[in-house]
Amino acid sequence: MSEGLPRPPAPAMDAGASNGRLRRAPENFLTAEQIALVGKGRRDFLRSTFLAAAAGVAGAAALGRPAAAAEGDDAILKPQPWATSLGQPVAANPYGVPSKYERALARRQSPGLTQVAAASVSFAPLQGMFGIITPSGLHFERHHQGWYDIDPAKHRFMVNGARPEFVKTPKVYTLDDIMRLPPVSRMHFIECGANTGMEWGNVAVPTVQYSHGMLSCSEFTGVPLRTLLEDCGADLKAAKYVLAEGGDGSAMTRTIPIELVLSGEVMVAYGQNGEMLRPENGYPLRLVVPGVQGVSWVKWLRRVEVGDKPYATKDEAVHYIDLMPDGQHRQYTSIQECKSVITSPSGGQMLLDKGYFNVSGLAWSGRGKISRVDVSFDGGVNWVEATLQTPILSKCLTRFNVPWNWDGRPAVLQSRAMDETGFVQPSYGQLRAVRGTRSIYHNNAIQSWKVADSGEISNVQIL
Amino acid sequence: MSRFSKAAALAGLLCLGTVAAVAAESFPGVGRPATPAEVKAWDIDVGPDFAGLPKGSGSVDRGQTVWESKCESCHGTFAESNSVFTPLVGGTTAEDMKTGHTANLRRTDFPQRTTFMKVATVSTLYDYIRRAMPWNAPKTLSDDDVYAVLAYLLNLAEIVPSDFTLSDANIAEVQAMMPNRNGMTTAHALWPGPGFGTEANKPDTGNTPCMSNCKPKAEQVSILPDYAWNAHGNLAGQNRAVGPVRGMKTGPDEAEAEAGSPALALAEKSGCLACHALNAKLVGPSYREVAARYAGKDSATALVGKLKDGSEGVWGDIPMPAQTELADGDARVLVDWILAGAPEK
Repeated sequence: MSEGLPRPPAPAMDAGASNGRLRRAPENFLTAEQIALVGKGRRDFLRSTFLAAAAGVAGAAALGRPAAAAEGDDAILKPQPWATSLGQPVAANPYGVPSKYERALARRQSPGLTQVAAASVSFAPLQGMFGIITPSGLHFERHHQGWYDIDPAKHRFMVNGARPEFVKTPKVYTLDDIMRLPPVSRMHFIECGANTGMEWGNVAVPTVQYSHGMLSCSEFTGVPLRTLLEDCGADLKAAKYVLAEGGDGSAMTRTIPIELVLSGEVMVAYGQNGEMLRPENGYPLRLVVPGVQGVSWVKWLRRVEVGDKPYATKDEAVHYIDLMPDGQHRQYTSIQECKSVITSPSGGQMLLDKGYFNVSGLAWSGRGKISRVDVSFDGGVNWVEATLQTPILSKCLTRFNVPWNWDGRPAVLQSRAMDETGFVQPSYGQLRAVRGTRSIYHNNAIQSWKVADSGEISNVQIL
Repeated sequence: MSRFSKAAALAGLLCLGTVAAVAAESFPGVGRPATPAEVKAWDIDVGPDFAGLPKGSGSVDRGQTVWESKCESCHGTFAESNSVFTPLVGGTTAEDMKTGHTANLRRTDFPQRTTFMKVATVSTLYDYIRRAMPWNAPKTLSDDDVYAVLAYLLNLAEIVPSDFTLSDANIAEVQAMMPNRNGMTTAHALWPGPGFGTEANKPDTGNTPCMSNCKPKAEQVSILPDYAWNAHGNLAGQNRAVGPVRGMKTGPDEAEAEAGSPALALAEKSGCLACHALNAKLVGPSYREVAARYAGKDSATALVGKLKDGSEGVWGDIPMPAQTELADGDARVLVDWILAGAPEK
């Protein structure tokens, strides 16, 4: 279908249709047999079913509504249990958990993406998140050989040299040692190099959780790696690279340039959002490499080696290499270039109503601060500047907002970020012109969300 | 020098100043020297110049023996399997060994990118097999068996003959035959340092912040296919029930869809399904096979013991590791469920 969405149902209007309010899909309007058909990929009948069900609900509402409306809202007029009875005591949950009404917002896997869950990904629910900090329990996961909850008393961190002359005194640190050193706390984004990787060739996934959800942002606390290298007497003039290595089964390794370490940004972190790292995020110790793809933020960090040559590890020689149209792979691609995405409203959601909406999203750059974000409602022909929400920090997520009065007509929403180096996020056309469509990594193209006149929003790609 | 590089260089200088002051501090009592044995135990990386490569050797024949007991279950007999991980071998040619470029990487219609089609450095394979394989028992192969498994893979990839013995003495000769040894480039702007001379590389896209009438029309080239709408479950259940939007209903509610067996959920959570499937042999036997073997026998208590303490030799050479983190009650739930035929619901 050329306009991009299956034919939308006629908007199901309230009894008072004059206010233009759309009604969301009624619950349980499919029979078990119909659900089975949907499971097999049949959706053509779904629209007509929806239409019939919506019409039924609208009719019922037209009968039921006026009497209640005359007196007012039951939520106000009727006493509610929480206002007329005793609530729960303190510490009923010694470690607090989200409301039971928030269970929809959870980490999720993309079915079929991988064969085994111990070498897989779970995506953060960006579609329901506010501000810039990712709650630690919603932080995306990427494990190569499963995760462990390591006893911190048995964890060790070692610094050594590829050759003896690179490190005067190879040293071993316990968590006791590292947590005695002067700490720094900084907010940074972490994005998997393969985020949005399923979309290189064509639209593949329905929502922002799956298209952009290998993205999270936390306040990390730890010790600059530079401090530890200096404590060991590392020769920071002879050194050109460091190798970071994990303590888990995969013993993941990645090469990092010494210049990034010398800048003081690279951190051996134990803290995340005011508490210790979560096990899934590397408890008790991980590397933080601001601006660089997540695979370099080695979890369960056990060792850093100082050397003068890059290491060509598995995750920089077999994976995390970018296939170009000429058949060559780009190796050691690490920086996450400037990128943004609108998270609300976004794919798989429905606008409830015509009228005012706050369009909101996230922008980030591995090269520094976000300087500007523009938003388009017509697929990139015309743009307006969004408001950046403070704080605006280097190599950190930045939240942007822009007001929108939806008139009920189709629209295509896009965001386009610019960073302090002047780099502007590319369109799909521009990105594919140089990198083709067969890469997996570093897709930072402008994302498009198509709003149908029904209010339904779908993932589309615009050149 | 790009604006970015200048800014970064400047930032580097400023940091040098501040950190130099910090460096004057010392931290008495923090950390201790590593012993040579400790460094040797953990410093297992092998670089492209073969720095760190241990002395040793292994034949293709020996590699096949190790392969069949420890690698084949995930990677297939000929390292071609696509059922658990992407294939390791295939897609390279004798011509590629001459040019050092895998020709099939230029084709858009070639279905698969195997490890040997991509990897340029044989050191990567030695390093990775030694540190991370077998998948469920990493770092348990001897250095010689790592040579042997790599020799077997090189033979499957038709790089070395079947009577070959790989060693630290001849691995450099193998490097000179790697089919994609010239297939990597560092000419890009995504390296955050000057190590490859990439400071000269500007970003490869150059969008501009045009604000109005930027193009004649929005050219839509791809839409979400109909079948993909519900491939991720019911989107209504993945969005908040209050706020300016709702998720679209694209399938049954999660509660209906996920009314699976609690024991199955426990098996998933406990990591059992990394090696066992309900109805197919993976690394270990399928649960249905286990149920069939012990049908009619009073084996539950014995099996709880095997689960907790590990077991070896019952289902082949791959040992079942001890599940020490599993609570006794949970172990019993799992065993009862397995013996009942591991029902999904």
